[in-house]
Parts: sequence; C-alpha cells; structure tokens
Amino acid sequence: MPVDVRLPTVLRPAAGGQATVATEGVTVGEVFDDLIRQHPALRDQLLTSDGELHRHLNIFLNDDDIRYLGKLDAKVGEHDTLTLMPAVAGG
Amino acid sequence: MLGKRILDEMFADALDGYPLEACGLLGGSVDEPGTARVETCYPTVNVAASARIYEVEPRGLLRADRAAEAAGGQLVGVYHSHTHTEAKPSPTDVTQAPDPDWHYVLVSLRDTCPSVRSWRITAGKITEEPVVLQ
Repeated sequence: MPVDVRLPTVLRPAAGGQATVATEGVTVGEVFDDLIRQHPALRDQLLTSDGELHRHLNIFLNDDDIRYLGKLDAKVGEHDTLTLMPAVAGG
Repeated sequence: MLGKRILDEMFADALDGYPLEACGLLGGSVDEPGTARVETCYPTVNVAASARIYEVEPRGLLRADRAAEAAGGQLVGVYHSHTHTEAKPSPTDVTQAPDPDWHYVLVSLRDTCPSVRSWRITAGKITEEPVVLQ
C-alpha cells in the first residue's frame, strides 16, 4: 500500500533532505519499518530503544492523531499520508 | 520581522489566556537564513492548561502547518507567554525546543504592559535576535 510520509524540517537531514518519502505498508508500523529501511538515520529520532514511538513526536494519519487509532497498529489505506511533527512545548 | 497586527494578536492571546500560559504558531517566510518574516499568527490551545508550562494542541499544530503551507509559506516559529517572568526562554523551553531553525518568541506579562522578545535556540544555547516591526 503506497503511503507518503511527510517529514518536518528537523528530520529531513536524516532522510537525505527529502520533505516527503514514498513508503509501503498496511499499518503505521510497517510504514515506519519501510521508512527506517530507506533512511536508517531516522530510527533513533522516531523510536525508543524499546521500539516505542517517541513521546515528543506527533504522527497524523491524514487528519487524525494515530494515538487514537491504535498507534503503530493503526491501519493505513492506499494514498494515505502520514505527517510527522515534533511536539511543541516548553515552560 | 513582523507586523503590528501580529504583535497585537500575540499580546491579545497572552492576555486572554492569563493566568495560564498562552501559545501559538507563527507562519511566514524565510527571506535569508536566520531571519523570518511573520505573516500570520495561529493561536492554539495550551493543552497543559498551566501557568508554568505550555504544550501546543497537536491538531492545532497540524492545522497551522497546513494553513502556512497553503499560504505559500511555512511555520517559522512559536510564541508563548510567561505570566510572571521575563520574556526569556526557561530551561524547559531550551530542552524542549523542537526545531533549531525556528524563532522562539516570548511575551511577558510580568509588567503592566506586555513585552516581547525573540530568541534562537540551538544545541541548548539561546541567542536573542531583534524583533523588527514592519
């Protein structure tokens, strides 16, 4: 299933400068596997050492936050778009 | 560089959110590396609902990002208020700064009149930059 992944500027250097990466997968986890296979430098910026999503990363499947869709198990459809954005927070 | 309208909107959002911290995104363009022209202010919900910390509501962040791109620009920074301290990044602001290319605008409500300052945050170091009204 072709899925485009949109990267924020801060992650683009780890993906060869690309703003959007074309991936394949039927779940968010599979899409991430393909994304990391293509750009291994992204791994530590996306996942913890336990393979969990970093808390400071927002991931949207089209318009929806994947935290409410099953996280890495969320199903993706043909021509869906995953948008990654860093959490914006401070004190 | 930002217009008086943007300044008014940030001050209004900060006062409206008081006593909690207010926050929002800034959309615009990068004319030359290290500088930005702010065209639009996107107030967002502070989901932390706190007087000490802020966290931009994730869907508000997505909406602002898309709106900035639809306007032909990009997100160039974030603003938030400090209700009782100066307009300078706190240690939490520094450790959680999401993007070294962004501009971090602080609005202070410590004094009678709101004040604004802008900062770059790179590799844990802060550098003040001028706020130029256009």
